[in-house]
Amino acid sequence: MADINISERQAGDVAVLDLNGKVTIGEGSVALRNAIRRLLGEGKNKILLNLGGVGYIDSSGIGELVSSFTAVNKEGGVLKLLNLTQKIQDLLAITKLLTVFDVYEDEAEALASFS
Amino acid sequence: MSKTIELKLPSRIESVDESAVFAEKVARDWGYGDDFLSAIDLAVRESVANAVKHGNKFDEEKQVEVVFTDSNEGLEMTVRDHGEGFDVGEIPDPTNPENLLKVCGRGILFMRSFMDEVGWEQAVGGGMIVKMLKKR
Repeated sequence: MADINISERQAGDVAVLDLNGKVTIGEGSVALRNAIRRLLGEGKNKILLNLGGVGYIDSSGIGELVSSFTAVNKEGGVLKLLNLTQKIQDLLAITKLLTVFDVYEDEAEALASFS
Repeated sequence: MSKTIELKLPSRIESVDESAVFAEKVARDWGYGDDFLSAIDLAVRESVANAVKHGNKFDEEKQVEVVFTDSNEGLEMTVRDHGEGFDVGEIPDPTNPENLLKVCGRGILFMRSFMDEVGWEQAVGGGMIVKMLKKR
């Protein structure tokens, strides 16, 4: 079984990626990287990552979030995070990345912030 | 009396999951609870990932050796690779503003954050050993 399932939906001009599973070294991190590359390739550079279904993330997965963030910025876009679990929030706090990412608990609010 | 159990793994990514599954079983068998297991899980994953990736550089002929010991103090884990070694003091602090957007380098921070004691030493015969303790 795959470590992670990533589904895409469009909300206005924002691409929302719903992640379910683990974002860890290997398959999970690669799947996220590929999904972001694909969106950027399609010219979609307003991206909201819904991490509500991510039960586990490691340092490699955190690194992939950072890599996604910089890749999207480089294309003149914006990447934001939605629905952090307590565990992910703790890890982003430890790494001081809560100061880097724009994080939301409410999807409507997150979507509105892109405009 | 302390109990010890050892796991030897090939240097590939799948060994990270394997070590975590093994660690959870061992820790449960020794009576540790969920919060404790969560710290052990993260620490074993990060240390085995470092050993596979940076230590043994994915050379499957080199093993990663993990030893779990249940002592009076708590659960000790040692993870040994057979790489060239490194000076932990030279690892950049990933929380420094200039390093925040680096992709790698947070595993050691996680190990230090979730375990009570973490230390590194050169192994006799080559490679590095990371020793970690999670107190009861």
